[in-house]
Amino acid sequence: MTSAPLVFVVRTGAANLASVMAGLERLGARPRLTRDPAEVASADYLVLPGVGAFGAAIDELGSHGLIEALRERIEDDRPSLCVCLGLQLLARSSEESPGVSGLGVLPLDAGRFAGPVRVPQLGWNRIEPEPGCRLLQAGHVYFANSYRLTEKPPGWNVAWSEYGGRFVAAVERGNVLGCQFHPELSSTLGQALLGRWLSMEPQPC
Amino acid sequence: MLTARVIPCLDTRDGRVVKGIRFQGLRDAGDPVALALAYERQGADELVLLDVSATPEGRGNALDTVRRVRRVLSIPLTVGGGVRNAEDASLLLEAGADKVGVNTAAVEREELIGELARRFGSQCTVVAIDAARNAGGWELVVRSGKQRTGIDCVRWAARVCEIGAGEILLTSWDRDGTHAGYDLELLERVSKAVTVPVIASGGAASAEHLHQALSRGADAVLAASIFHDGETTVRAVKQDLARLGQHVRL
Repeated sequence: MTSAPLVFVVRTGAANLASVMAGLERLGARPRLTRDPAEVASADYLVLPGVGAFGAAIDELGSHGLIEALRERIEDDRPSLCVCLGLQLLARSSEESPGVSGLGVLPLDAGRFAGPVRVPQLGWNRIEPEPGCRLLQAGHVYFANSYRLTEKPPGWNVAWSEYGGRFVAAVERGNVLGCQFHPELSSTLGQALLGRWLSMEPQPC
Repeated sequence: MLTARVIPCLDTRDGRVVKGIRFQGLRDAGDPVALALAYERQGADELVLLDVSATPEGRGNALDTVRRVRRVLSIPLTVGGGVRNAEDASLLLEAGADKVGVNTAAVEREELIGELARRFGSQCTVVAIDAARNAGGWELVVRSGKQRTGIDCVRWAARVCEIGAGEILLTSWDRDGTHAGYDLELLERVSKAVTVPVIASGGAASAEHLHQALSRGADAVLAASIFHDGETTVRAVKQDLARLGQHVRL
């Protein structure tokens, strides 16, 4: 990690950003909140947090002109971390908000947990990364979600977990990491993952 | 597979951790930041911080306590106590809470639950239910147990989930601080009545008590005095739970 890297965190309406900011600060990074499309597109490191509903979050991103900026930086492989709902926002759609289009970076649709499990999923579940993952490691991490992806997006490496069937715990491709779980709430394992992500080399503009 | 959660609870007042019996007779039990950090290192899965301050000054201190705990803590933090509206909840979340617990205010105006769920999500909306046994079952008590409501706890639990609660923090008022074990019958009834996770609270004194609760429908178990008093550690309790056949994160 470069000394005290500047990490922009997208200010979405309802997310509890304090945990994300604190997690980054504990690693020596300097987190800054932003809603500026130019900063979102070109930041060396960007976190897209997400708590709340799919439709509301997409509206919020759209109203600040951030959807294209996010697509651009992910296609350019700039270090980007999408957390919880942030991962689902990369999909085409979600059962949570029918008719609302996501970023469409992942050709998948998020659905609600099914089967005899309590929803939301709240707690620590084990993830198993596929061979080929560079950032993700096996272990227990903290989830707080009612919706999830269930298929592997082409061209991405994934980590799997189980809750009423197999679901996507995380995806990674190059410098882009999407976690259904909360690394900032996953104790030492989560802090180590954030540290590995922060050691990705920023891309020249 | 999701693991069973062990959750130490910090009751705080004026920036210090306190503990009483049946919500009364509070005594000092330490510094919240030091305890929070120690519990995370021992393997706590989550922390609950309940502010039991009675004054506006105390409430201001609670926000500061949440900020100080958040700085060091990298596991989830639920904060409750005195949340009257979505604005109170928003201040706690900004200070560093991941989930917000509501109790008395939700009983007085149940719309609050939906307001929190719409704005922050169900996974962030914890409804705390304090249950006291009566002739027919369990009656909801509010205002730190000082006021009985006549509301049936099992029905109330089902109702709050219909309108947006994402988790139930179920405390037996009769057992709180007594070390007599959780009210297992209450736990079983409530966990069957809802589809969201249920945290058992009130009365835990041993790993055996936690094991009983997890075997009777609890998804998580909360305890305070057994950890604060240094009788045992979170890690030792989780190792005992694993030996008893519970699936825990070690």
